[in-house]
Amino acid sequence: MSKEWPLWEVFIRGQHGLSHRHVGSLHAPDAEMAIKNARDVYTRRNEGVSIWVVEAVHIAASSPEEKGPLYEPSNSKVYRHPTFFDIPEDVGHM
Amino acid sequence: MADQNALFEFLLRMGDNSLILGHRVSEWCGHAPVLEEDIALANTALDLIGQTQMWLGLAGEVEGKGRTADDLAFLRDAWDFRNLLLCELPNGDFGRTLMRQFLYDAWSSIMLARLIGSSDPRVAEIAAKASKEVAYHVERSGDTVVGLGDGTEESHQRMQAALDYLWPYVGEMFDGDAVDTAMVKAGIAPDPASLREEYDALVGRVLTQATLTNPTDTFHHKGGRTGYMHTEHLGHLLTSMQWLQRAYPGATW
Repeated sequence: MSKEWPLWEVFIRGQHGLSHRHVGSLHAPDAEMAIKNARDVYTRRNEGVSIWVVEAVHIAASSPEEKGPLYEPSNSKVYRHPTFFDIPEDVGHM
Repeated sequence: MADQNALFEFLLRMGDNSLILGHRVSEWCGHAPVLEEDIALANTALDLIGQTQMWLGLAGEVEGKGRTADDLAFLRDAWDFRNLLLCELPNGDFGRTLMRQFLYDAWSSIMLARLIGSSDPRVAEIAAKASKEVAYHVERSGDTVVGLGDGTEESHQRMQAALDYLWPYVGEMFDGDAVDTAMVKAGIAPDPASLREEYDALVGRVLTQATLTNPTDTFHHKGGRTGYMHTEHLGHLLTSMQWLQRAYPGATW
């Protein structure tokens, strides 16, 4: 058994109405302590109203090696961007 | 109006507890076993120093001799301090530091909850602000006591040793004297002894969860809150805490 505490990824919501954002990671023995540590490490300057933590091993990530097949095909598909519409001036910035 | 001398004494007791314990906890800065605990301890120390500024600031006001919180913190000698002996005890290992923190936080959380109803609005206001911080402190230190007590064989043994060492310093929290009688009479603060039942229930619950055995010995050390006799450790602590103001009087930054 490893003597190290597991790694947790921390997500913090800065304000009501915004979504949680990944802010970093930390070590903790369990979820409860991970939230407490996140409070102490990442919200010292009033950064948040809500904290999520998830053990890093539970995050499934895409592989950087596959970035060609995964992302490049969309490079040439400009028609997927809604840039071909004329926006009436009254609408303003979108 | 309450006896101003008694109120001054009472405020020194509150402020000196948080000052001396805050300084002790700050000694961990940069030395804690893991980064997360290092930051958490530094946060706790800063909270305690913040509470000190409020308590000793008010103490200086009540005393009426123009002394500021800084004057009271840095220019008094050991015999003028009124903190519980528990607060000045050396940190020991991480386990003992957290056990000391929990034993103090438990008392502090109960005391502050009572002080929110103080007849003196200045005391009630400080208590209301500090109690939010302490509610977090006691949750964190309590969880750590459980985690380490109910942890490995070594951590359990260290926590039991810490408890055995610190327990004789708990009783002083509930001692009362003429200052306390005056505070009770004025409705400013509760009789210290009246906190004991709630304290034993809270501490008992955590220690049971931590699989630790509460010592049954009823002897307790005293002399801190009255200033009658501190431990030898306080002088050493003050030497490092106060040296800058002593060496360079009035230095600011």
